[in-house]
Amino acid sequence: MNRPTRRRVTATAMTVVALTAGTTACSSGDDTPSAKAADGGNYTIWDPYPQFAKDSDWAKLLDSCGSKAGVKIKRTAFDTSDLTNKALLAAQQDNSPDVLILDNPVVSTLAEAGALTTTDENKVDTSKADPNLLAAGQADGKTYGTPIGANTLALYYNKDVLKTAGVDIASVKDWKSLTAALAKVKKAGKKGVTFSAIGTEEGSFQFLPWFWGSGAQLTELDSSQGVSALSLWNDWLKKGYAPNSVINNTQTTSWQEFASGDYAFAENGTWQLAGAEKAGFDYGVLPIPGADGGNAAAPTGGEFVTVPVQSDTGRYATTRKLVSCLTSTENLYDTDTTLSYVAPTGEVQDKQVASDAKLKPWVEAVKAAKGRTSDDLGTKYPKISEQLWKAVQSALSGSQSPKAALTAAQDAVK
Amino acid sequence: MNRTTQLPDRRPVRERKGAAATAASPRARTATRRRPRSQQWAAWAFLAPVTVYLALFYAYPLYRNVDLSLRNYTVRSFVQGNAPFTGLQNYRTVFDDPAFGPALMHTVVFTAVCLFFQYAIGLALAVFFNQHFRLSATLRALFLVPWLLPLIVSASTWSWMLNSDSGVVNSALHAFGIDPVNWLTSPSWSLTSVIIANIWIGVPFNLVVLHSGLQSIPRSLYEAAALDGAGAWRRFRHITFPLLRPVSAITLLLGLVYTLKVFDIIWIMTKGGPADSSTTFATWSYRLGFGNLLPAFGPGAAVGNLLVVAALVLGLVYLRVQRKQYAS
Repeated sequence: MNRPTRRRVTATAMTVVALTAGTTACSSGDDTPSAKAADGGNYTIWDPYPQFAKDSDWAKLLDSCGSKAGVKIKRTAFDTSDLTNKALLAAQQDNSPDVLILDNPVVSTLAEAGALTTTDENKVDTSKADPNLLAAGQADGKTYGTPIGANTLALYYNKDVLKTAGVDIASVKDWKSLTAALAKVKKAGKKGVTFSAIGTEEGSFQFLPWFWGSGAQLTELDSSQGVSALSLWNDWLKKGYAPNSVINNTQTTSWQEFASGDYAFAENGTWQLAGAEKAGFDYGVLPIPGADGGNAAAPTGGEFVTVPVQSDTGRYATTRKLVSCLTSTENLYDTDTTLSYVAPTGEVQDKQVASDAKLKPWVEAVKAAKGRTSDDLGTKYPKISEQLWKAVQSALSGSQSPKAALTAAQDAVK
Repeated sequence: MNRTTQLPDRRPVRERKGAAATAASPRARTATRRRPRSQQWAAWAFLAPVTVYLALFYAYPLYRNVDLSLRNYTVRSFVQGNAPFTGLQNYRTVFDDPAFGPALMHTVVFTAVCLFFQYAIGLALAVFFNQHFRLSATLRALFLVPWLLPLIVSASTWSWMLNSDSGVVNSALHAFGIDPVNWLTSPSWSLTSVIIANIWIGVPFNLVVLHSGLQSIPRSLYEAAALDGAGAWRRFRHITFPLLRPVSAITLLLGLVYTLKVFDIIWIMTKGGPADSSTTFATWSYRLGFGNLLPAFGPGAAVGNLLVVAALVLGLVYLRVQRKQYAS
């Protein structure tokens, strides 16, 4: 009698443990893809561009850079959100790729982990890159990579909707005139503005132009300026100028709302330019205004080319060749055109504007933009950002006032 | 998923039983001393693949997870592997976190409400489909659809249907003159929304298991009860429900383990928000470990382990109840 019961105890206990372990065990590193090349002639590159297949221009560029350096390239593409952890696990197992292309706010995290080499060690030339873009990859006076392309945020507007509502876009210069324009649009029976306030890094990214445009600093979330920025968004939602769905919108779903043609404004990035051409209505682009006029600093997006630490330091010489090939003027132009990004160097930016005048406002926006991890925030930024998006969500969903939400956020950062 | 993971756990039990039976048989006893030993070796050899598999894919990750939760991991020490041992510090951090209370509440409410409705609706449908009528098999098959759909598809569809401004649910409400509800973006509704979606996904599992349980109840009992003048409700209360008890118990246990760790639906629909209003332990654990640019592996693993312990405790409660039933 006792025996079968005990067996059942073990069996069921094991079942329960096994089933539950399924979720929790993701944090251990059993399925890390091996990046270490079997022989010296293979070099691995990880990038966050899964949209580019094997036969894409990007993959071909990597191969041609490899053959120029006399090595074979093994490329693996990851989803951006997945890449940080994969890179950390690979570094833990001394299995890092030779070249790692990653989202700029993550550079400081991986640098902190000691997973990336500095430009002193890998001798990558960063002299041509714009300093405001390069700043996102710098910490404690060291540089950990070079930008491959940049993007930022601006306001897209639908000319047809503005015409129906009788709004002159030239009148939109600051928050007050923008809100007045939204009121007119709503009166005309159209929808005002859409953006993304989702509870992830994307939400902070979209809120930052308004936050910085108010004059607030990330080191003091609950300043009166910060509260005014959050109140601006909050009032838009309350008055119906912005849809309630922004709380769950990603930048992609927000763009889909704008592409429906009902919205006057949308806050979105450089990468949607190709989509805007296909939207089927006349659109314009406006830099995000600051609270009292002028252009607000928007955060820089885009990726960095980095060289992870290798136990075999002899590999750096070839890696350097690969990196300089990828970031050569000619290749940067091609890459950034495919990605719909703004180039990180003045030379290539001029070339981009010369071939497509529509890029001009974006190049200017990128020049005025600011890295999220700049101002020596480094790895403090992720913590601040998490509290910031939480505060935005608390305020917009009505569970806290903007002031209370930001005060709570500031307390949590400390 | 439940079925596949269950298999390897059952197998060793059966094999051990077989091995024990042969070893204890009189033949083996009377034979030379060598023989049982070689047979025992064979038994161990048969067991080895499963044991190695379990050790590699269940025990080791679990050990790693416990280890992660007992050390102070930063990104630097994660890579360099010299994280200092801090005992229960991560657990203390998690318990002291203002998000702990609400997350616990949400996990309990989510699990209890989902289990109750999944079981009740599943049982009602199972009894309904047990009466053989035309199209009953076809309809039953159609009810399986939610279970077969990839979670990313069903969760995305739900979040699209429940969208505040362009969702079909709100337009349907509008047609009846009811004000739109911010299903996913209001702190008072978000948990309800994910619960509704999860019930919808979990009903087919309950339906299938309970339906197969119903088929093992002998028809003659119902006939006898009908002859004695028992109505439909009495037949259900005094025959169906008691005889279904063992099946119900295992359905509820599996449902419990499965619901406790539900992550994908909540993450896709609300990301645990807004303002943590639909955060459960599963999404919280993920957010600590992966949802941020700067991962906090230690506290993340600690929350995950709390889930494992919770499931284990409830599993043991189930066993105790079962043993009592057997004894009586």
